[in-house]
This record gives sequence, structure tokens and C-alpha cells, in this order.
Amino acid sequence: MSGKTISFGQALNAALDDAMADDGNVMILGEDVADEQGGGVFKVSKGLSSKYGTSRVRSTPISEQAILGAAVGAAIIGMRPVAEIMLMNFITVAMDQLVNHAAKLRFMSGGQTNVPLVVRTTTGAGVGFGGQHSDMLEAWFAHVPGLKIATASNPADAYGLLRSAIDDEDPVILIENITHYGMTGPAPEAGYRVPLGKAAIAREGRDVTLVTYGRGVGDSLKAASLLADEGIAAEVIDLRTIAPWDEQAVFASVAKTKRAVIVHEAVRPFGAGAEISARIHEELFSDLLAPVQRVASYPSPVPFAKPLETAFLYSVDDIVRAAHATTDKAINS
Amino acid sequence: MNKSDSSHAFTPELARSIYRKAYLINRTDQRFRAMLTNGELAVAYYPVRGQEVTAAAAMSALQPEDYLVTTYRGLHDSLAKGIPSRLLWAEFAGKRTGTCKGKGGPMHITYPPTGVMVTTGIVGSGIPIANGLAMAAQIRGENRVAVASFGDGASNIGAFHEALNMASVWKLPVVFLCQNNQYAEHTTLAAGTSVTSIAERAAGYGMPGVSCDGLDPEMMYQTMAAAVARARAGDGPTLVEAHTYRLQGHIFGADYSYIPKEELKAAEERASMMRLRQRISERQVTESDLAQIEQEVDAEIEDAVAFALKSDPPDPDEIRFDIYETEQAA
Ligand SMILES: Cc1ncc(C[n+]2csc(CCOP(=O)(O)OP(=O)(O)O)c2C)c(N)n1
Ligand SMILES: [Mg+2]
Repeated sequence: MSGKTISFGQALNAALDDAMADDGNVMILGEDVADEQGGGVFKVSKGLSSKYGTSRVRSTPISEQAILGAAVGAAIIGMRPVAEIMLMNFITVAMDQLVNHAAKLRFMSGGQTNVPLVVRTTTGAGVGFGGQHSDMLEAWFAHVPGLKIATASNPADAYGLLRSAIDDEDPVILIENITHYGMTGPAPEAGYRVPLGKAAIAREGRDVTLVTYGRGVGDSLKAASLLADEGIAAEVIDLRTIAPWDEQAVFASVAKTKRAVIVHEAVRPFGAGAEISARIHEELFSDLLAPVQRVASYPSPVPFAKPLETAFLYSVDDIVRAAHATTDKAINS
Repeated sequence: MNKSDSSHAFTPELARSIYRKAYLINRTDQRFRAMLTNGELAVAYYPVRGQEVTAAAAMSALQPEDYLVTTYRGLHDSLAKGIPSRLLWAEFAGKRTGTCKGKGGPMHITYPPTGVMVTTGIVGSGIPIANGLAMAAQIRGENRVAVASFGDGASNIGAFHEALNMASVWKLPVVFLCQNNQYAEHTTLAAGTSVTSIAERAAGYGMPGVSCDGLDPEMMYQTMAAAVARARAGDGPTLVEAHTYRLQGHIFGADYSYIPKEELKAAEERASMMRLRQRISERQVTESDLAQIEQEVDAEIEDAVAFALKSDPPDPDEIRFDIYETEQAA
């Protein structure tokens, strides 16, 4: 780290800038991404079209299928397109390009073509955008062999994950949380990389493992402080890559703590937590002192009115309660 | 479109080459259907009988380094774009020696050495992908052109409309080749499409739209060559509608009694190999030239069939590879 601080949005902008400077094949396309259109709705590509030209930083028509289709086509001949899908729900009108093409062309071509494509997209509840602008849909993509999905919990990781995603020879979807853009943190050195598929230990502890990613990391760290006040040492694992996820890091931690809670913002049923919980049970059943707990959002569309939105989102208290559910038995006995 | 442009002249050499491609497509399709009928192979196959000339002439307007994206009904396009018969047959038979190691199959042929970049089984999805190939060529300042080949039915799906608009806005070096074979599965053009001429749809996207007789080798070639030249010159995309015909059911073995007998008979005549042979022979291609082409192609197909049949299927362990760059655990 350089000793400076940087915002999440600035980190992403710097990652794109550095990647474009390093490799002429890196290009950006998406709605309103060029400076004439404002440099992106969240300003992540600000300044880049002025610096690299509108051939490499292209504002597109409102055509998600055409955006991702063009990105797939360019990627199979060695460009490194970074496509911005303004909000994650808008991917639904272009699922075909990701699921049937980006994910499968390497395999179906017998390895003759690959798709080094990055999709950046934003989402998240809590800011009153309601039902069609807030969903966390990572589990859909995690279910498709051939895709990778990652999400950062701090600015340095945002930079490092985006650089690694652009380097990667396979399609990567990067989810940004809409509440994160203003978050500040230590700035990474230029060229910093966070390897895909590698989790980080955000806080060490020996009593219970909180497995999480994205926004859940900050909330789990808050829960860990509250738990520490009660004498429970929680370890927080930031997966960073959701698929393929770092099983070894999670198993190593849970083998030590013998208790696990999975925390994510996406709704609970069939969420990423279900797979992670199942794998922990498969690998460590006899080590566990309690069933794995899941903390996630309530299965409804993301509501608009504040009390409903609050009822939808999990809370830090929910994480603490879930940790208690895994520890009570051991502590009481 | 300037049809008399001498650079697009329909020379005897070109006529011979188009005949070779069309004959190769026709006999490959015929041989493949025969093997499906007698049970030597069992795969889903979308016949191309009737569309031989369309592909043979249209692809002759391209350079080997130009890109093609085609569809499940793509055997004709793939062969016309130069995929070696042996590799194509082996892929159709699901063998490790096929273009895609047997992992793609007839619906997903890829062969970058001759520019066949994607074959998709999703109607219309190749059209935006062709834009991406063209966009890359544009950014890199290369002189390549991308072609999206698709059916009349595909002009009703959203991807077509998004892609044509984007290509026009960005003046991409791409040609949209709609092979209007009059049917989308069982649905006639009239029953499923709001216009009688698909080329008209180009007007909505500010690009030229041209219709041609896709069974006339010279018309097809020259229409395509003009569109390719326009794209290569940086003047943007063209929608080319080739009137052609699907002389079989949608998929091998499917009923096609819904096609009126008269209509089918007329189309069979228009698309017959005898008629093509006649036309080509009017172009200073001799009977002995034609006979030699036929002999060579017949031998090429027999060699490819033997190669495919004697090749091994993929090893089951191969499933772990090509999902990601790094192999996956068993
Ligand atoms: C998105 C999608 N919808 C439906 C299908 C099933 N389907 C396969 S081919 C086809 C008809 C397409 O007709 P056309 O575009 O005219 O091409 P042709 O088969 O005549 O070559 C349909 C509906 C599909 N493969 N993809
Ligand atoms: Mg059709």
C-alpha cells in the first residue's frame, strides 16, 4: 500500500486507466461511459475517453445484448473488453450472451477460442431503488460453469480484482455494491493484483468463522467486534471471488473454529450460502460443533419503503445472533 | 450497389470455385443424411439442401481472414468458408479429431484458421457477436470484415435489431447476411414476419438493405461482394437478404408436409444442382472441368467419412479441460 487513501470509485477508475495504458487491447463499452456522456453513471470511466479516445472507450446505445455480444466477439479475437452494465438487473435482458456464449465458447470450440471479457456491474439494496435496480444475482452466474464472479469489499481489492479480471483469459463478472463507491481506504500501488479464486482473512479468530463477500465483509467485521466484547473471537473470511470460490481457505478456517456462519446480501433460498454450507458439511461434518448458519436477505423483491427495505436486508444483529446459534451450545456446555 | 464493378466480375475461375463449394455442400449434406438414415450416426442435424448456392457464392466474396458467425444450420457456410472436410466430419461424428475435439458438435462449429469464429444454436445471437469481431478490426485498424449469417426468422428477435442499430451507429465493417429460406421451423415468413422483404428492415437502422436471388450464383456473389467492399472501405454495414429455400424439414427427420407440394417442386427446380451445373457451364467452365471437380469432391468426402469413422471419441477425462484456462479437478 502507498500510504495514500483512495475511494472505491477512484480505485476502479485507476485500475481501468492503468490497464488501458499497459495494453492496447483493453477497451471499455457501456451506456454513457465516455466523457461526453459523463464518464459513466457512477463516474468510474471518467477521463478515460479523453485520454484513450472514443474508439477504445465507447458509449453504446441502450442495447445490453448488443453490448455483451460485441464484447464476446471482440474478446474471442484477443481484445480485452470491459463492458459496463449499469445495474445488475439489466443483465437479465442479455443473459444469453453470458450464459450461452461467454461461458461456453472456450469449451464448445475445444479450446480454440476463449473469452477474456470483464463485465462490471453495480447493485445493492438500501438506497431506495426498489425492486428492479437492487438485486444481488451472483448465484445465477455462479451456477454456470465457465463464468467467474468476484466482488470487492474495499478500494484496494477493487483495484486488484479488476486488474486480475482484465488479465484473466476467461469471462469475469465483477459486482460493485452501490453503497461502496464513496468508501475510502488505503490506496494500492499501481499494478497491484488480487488473484482470482483467493480469499482473504479480514479478521482472525478462533471461535467461529464468518464467510462472506462484498458488503457482508464490513457488516461481519462490525459483528465480530460486538462478538469480541462478549469474548467470542470471530474469524472473517472475505471470499473476494464467489465463483470459483476458495474452498481451501474456508475449510482451513472452519477446521480451526469448528463453527461457521455464511453472510450475504442476496436472498437466502438457493443463494451462494447454500453451496458453501453444503460443502462445509460434506468436508467437515464430524469436526463441526454446530450446524452451519446462513444470514441473508428475506426472500421478497427488494422493497421501496424504508421499513420494508430494512425488513428485507439482513442486519449486523442477525450475524451476531447466527454466531450465537453456533456457539451457545459449546459455550453453555 | 454497382453490379458491373469489374472487381466483382464473375470470372470462369470464380464460377468453378463456386461450383466446387456448392457441390461439396450438396454431397456432404446428402452423405450425412444417408448416414443418419441408416443409423451409422445419430445426431441432431439441420439440413442445408436448397441453400448450397447461397453459401457457396456469398462466402466466395470473403477473404480467408474475414470472420464468419453462423448458425446451427451452418454446414453450408462452414464448408464454403473453407473448413477442411475431415475436421468437419470428425466434429459432426463427435470425435477427438474434430474441429472442436468433439466438444461442440454440428451446432457449434468453430475453426479460426479459416475465419469460422462462432456457430450458435441460439437464434439471432451471432449477430451482435459479429459486431464485436468487426469492432475489434475497426479498433485495430485491420482491413477485415465480419459476416453474420442467419435466417429469416432471426430477423424477428431482439438481438438482430440491437445489433443492426449499433453497427450502423459505429459504421462497423460487418455484413448481415439473412438467408431467407421462407420458413422458421414450421412458421412461414408471412405468418411470423411483419414485412415481406427483410431487406426493408435496414431502412429502420439507416443502412442499405438489398435483396437478391440467393440461388443465382452471380447475383448472390456480386451482391455480397459489393456489401463486403463497402464494409472494407469503412462505409459501414449492409443488410443482404438472400432469397433461398429450405428443401427439407427444419431438422433431419422432421415432418414437412406443411410445405405446399407445388411450392416445394418449384423450389427444387430452382435450387437443383443440374440447374447450377448448367449455369456454370455457360461461364467457360468445361464439362471435363465439372466432372473433375465432382470426382475430387466425391473422393474428399469419402476420405473425410473414413477419417471420422476411424477416429477415436474423446477421452472422458477431456471433460475437465477448456471450461476455464486452467483445467478443473475431476
Ligand atoms: C432464442 C431461440 N428461440 C428458439 C429457438 C428454436 N429454433 C431453432 S431454429 C428456429 C427457427 C429459426 O428460423 P430462421 O431464423 O429462419 O432460420 P432457419 O432455421 O430457417 O435456417 C427456432 C425457432 C432457438 N434455437 N433459439
Ligand atoms: Mg428460415
